[in-house]
Amino acid sequence: MKNVAIRINGSAVAPPADPRVSLLDFLRETLHLHGTKKGCNQGACGACTVLVDGERIVSCLALAVQYVGRDIVTIEGLAGQDGPHRLQQAFIEHDGFQCGYCTPGQICSAVGMAAEARRGLPSHVTDDLSARRIALTRDELRERMSGNLCRCGAHNGIIAAIAETYARAAE
Amino acid sequence: MSNVEGSGRPTQHEGAAQQDTSLTRRGVLGIFGAAGAGALVSTFTGPPGVGPVSLVSEAAPEVLVQRGSGWVGAALSRIDGPLKVRGMARFAAEFALDDMVYAALVFSTIAKGRIATLDTGAAEAAPGFVLVMTHRNAPRMQPMVPFGPNEKAAGNDNLPIMQDDRVRWNGQPIAVVLAETQEQADHAASLIRVTYEAEPATTSFAQAKANGTEGAVYFHHEIGDAEAELAAAAVSVDATYRTPYQNHNAIEPHAVTVAWHGDELVVHDASQSVVHNAWSLAHILGIEERQVHVTSPYVGGAFGGKFMGSHQVLAAAAARLAGRPVRLTLSREGVYRMVGGRALTEQRMAIGARRDGRFDAIIHTGTATHTRDSPHPEAFPFVSLSAYATGSLKTDLQWAFLDQVANAAMRAPGEAVGSFALESAVDEVAVALGMDPIELRIRNEPKTDPLNGAEFSSRNVVKAWRDGAERFGWAKRNPIPGAVRKGEWLVGMGCGTASHIYNRENGGAARLTLTSDGTVTVDIATHDAGMGTETAQTQIIAENLALHPDQVEFRLADSAMPGLVAGRGSSQTTTVAATVVEAKKMLVAELLTLIRADSPLAGLTAQQVGPRNAGLAKLDDPTRHETYTAILTRAKRDKVTVEASPDEPTEMNERSMHSYGAMFCEVRVNAVTGETRVSRMLGSMDCGRVINPKTAASQFRGGMIMAMGLALTEHTHYDERTGRIMNPSLAEYHIPVHLDVPEIDVIWTGIPDPHAPMGARGIGELSVTGTAAAIANAIYNATGKRIRELPITLDKLM
Repeated sequence: MKNVAIRINGSAVAPPADPRVSLLDFLRETLHLHGTKKGCNQGACGACTVLVDGERIVSCLALAVQYVGRDIVTIEGLAGQDGPHRLQQAFIEHDGFQCGYCTPGQICSAVGMAAEARRGLPSHVTDDLSARRIALTRDELRERMSGNLCRCGAHNGIIAAIAETYARAAE
Repeated sequence: MSNVEGSGRPTQHEGAAQQDTSLTRRGVLGIFGAAGAGALVSTFTGPPGVGPVSLVSEAAPEVLVQRGSGWVGAALSRIDGPLKVRGMARFAAEFALDDMVYAALVFSTIAKGRIATLDTGAAEAAPGFVLVMTHRNAPRMQPMVPFGPNEKAAGNDNLPIMQDDRVRWNGQPIAVVLAETQEQADHAASLIRVTYEAEPATTSFAQAKANGTEGAVYFHHEIGDAEAELAAAAVSVDATYRTPYQNHNAIEPHAVTVAWHGDELVVHDASQSVVHNAWSLAHILGIEERQVHVTSPYVGGAFGGKFMGSHQVLAAAAARLAGRPVRLTLSREGVYRMVGGRALTEQRMAIGARRDGRFDAIIHTGTATHTRDSPHPEAFPFVSLSAYATGSLKTDLQWAFLDQVANAAMRAPGEAVGSFALESAVDEVAVALGMDPIELRIRNEPKTDPLNGAEFSSRNVVKAWRDGAERFGWAKRNPIPGAVRKGEWLVGMGCGTASHIYNRENGGAARLTLTSDGTVTVDIATHDAGMGTETAQTQIIAENLALHPDQVEFRLADSAMPGLVAGRGSSQTTTVAATVVEAKKMLVAELLTLIRADSPLAGLTAQQVGPRNAGLAKLDDPTRHETYTAILTRAKRDKVTVEASPDEPTEMNERSMHSYGAMFCEVRVNAVTGETRVSRMLGSMDCGRVINPKTAASQFRGGMIMAMGLALTEHTHYDERTGRIMNPSLAEYHIPVHLDVPEIDVIWTGIPDPHAPMGARGIGELSVTGTAAAIANAIYNATGKRIRELPITLDKLM
């Protein structure tokens, strides 16, 4: 099973028979993991962001069958045994959402984003492209999170929640 | 007193309830208020101008602003937060039903004509195919009833839904395909072949105007001779302002999951009008209202775009034909094709002023695109009716009719785009006078409503301006355009007034159940599409019943619940709050009937007691107290249930009621590329009492961000040759993203409105108004370029 399965939130799952099925639809319609959201189905809004081996991707542009042998974490898999992920808690405290529809994608994206910064990947607003450590300033966070759209206008709360969770840790 | 967002502690407002004014005039504003913003219908035949005087009530007014437990005003985190951050809040497309099939739609590609051939053969042979529904086999159905005199109507048009071979707009759904999976449905739908017999259609604004416009009589007002006053004015501005088509673009696309159980229809909807939708579906399908059950506990953004639509109808009809439950989720493109947005406007905005700044004339007229069937007027002149003292006033709204999807109400319909013209023109007058634009606004502050002389319920916009100017550092602004440059960036500041009319709906009703464990459940068919309804109302209930929020369960968005409270017109909080206040009175009366002779409350009347510390107490002697649990236990009752409806909303008929804001913006405009960056924004609001500083601040910011899109980036591109929307995509319709949004400061006066339930006026749409003008005015201050056509894209500044 291991070599022909997709690992999703720690569980091995057989891939869909229909190769057209996106990873997003596989999560939502087959596995009933509805936490991953469909906002545009064309990679423009980020609501479907999940983590693959720790990297963030938009699952609407990914075919599920391509992810055999990979490790997927969705919003449902972020919380640990001892409660919610600290970023999830920060989103509540900083009011980083209104309707809650873009929220799982924002949170998963932020987890992946923080890992990118830890690896030293620069962004459009990074001054020193050769820096080994990226300081997650507000501008860095805003640039790196710009692939995740929010229409309610909770942007300030989202960035505040991410800053509290990751900016201090990265400095 | 100025409450700064985030202060966090429960506050006690000192504002004593004022006595009601004895008698004021029932003006046209009251009529609009009762209809709800954006809910006016073209069939409305009410009198233009000021209506008749009405004796509303001679009884003592309800004391609406009360001291309570302090939960109102507390920065409570959202009650639905733990579910939402874990992805556990279940939206409409997330109900998996046994034997369910998936729907895909085919949209017309012409604007007007008839379907000549419709070949579904290949689709029917496709794998997984279940059913195709077209006008040939769709059940016979009534059209929707648009918003209007019928209080349960919530449609955006009254067109036949797949009942004939006619095409009425480019993008109209002409076939529904059902299949076992979404992939199979999408594939089968792609195999349908259609040919049309096209007919000449009106798809350009110029052609529509040339065809002849029609005026909306109830937006035509004339006080004095405004044209003559304008011509004689010492200083005047007379310009044309243009705003484009826009779409709501809630991140959750419209979706519905439906199932028939015999003749009963269950609908998992994404809706801001569950009871309306249940009634509408029953009417359309020819069944009884009680046979339709609509729920919508979580809605992924709405903004006026998620009332009754044809997608719910198509899903229900297809499910009936197939005999299986159906999931119909609109693609992002489908949302653009089937759900209209803001109309395009071309506004004449003129102001004539004396040398001292006082206005002698305000003229706000012009044309909005419209369809014959849309109930939404895009009433941009509305904002000019109550804004400023003026010697004369003329407003008019003309509709130019196009063959396109019916325009809809989009957050602050009319006022969002109308305030762009008005508040830009005020800035232009300030420039012409060499006067500070804030001082100019304050100089023209009206004492009573300029249209009908009605008293303002509570208007503290001058304080909002003063507080905001100080906090924003307005005094540091260089009034000379183009004078501040940092590198290649030109820096400027601008401002504009926000205003939005107060609304309370007539349909408030609640069922309140108090149980002997001391907890209370309140059911109201109202909605939370992110506004924070559940959280704010839990606080209001806790405050009114002297309970902790943990002891309160607020349930909503179920058509089986009491109430007819659509999420529109910034009216939910006021409507529900008034209902809760009434329910409290009924509960107290009911509990007093259970009081026994050995109770500390024995012998007291409803006027003598009130909720305190999870029970009732004598108002002037709190030691005479008994908990709810003790009262019920003593009476051997498990629970007490009351159903309450508040008095009809008349407060806004008797006086002029609006929320206000002083909106500030700082922009940087790149002198080389024309790129505009909003570097700072402040909203200084005057909206009555703030129920929850945390969620209210987010509402204010959200509106300002939507207005930032209105000002700078958002534009639904409509091909005037074909009538087709060319950018039906979040990739090509540009809403503000994180990098566009600076940290936005919000403050408020915190002055309770003595005539509004709980002292609170609506806030949901307020900050979408005024802000676009503040941005445009800041761009003028930065560059010296006055842009009167939105969005202000780079090309307009190069």
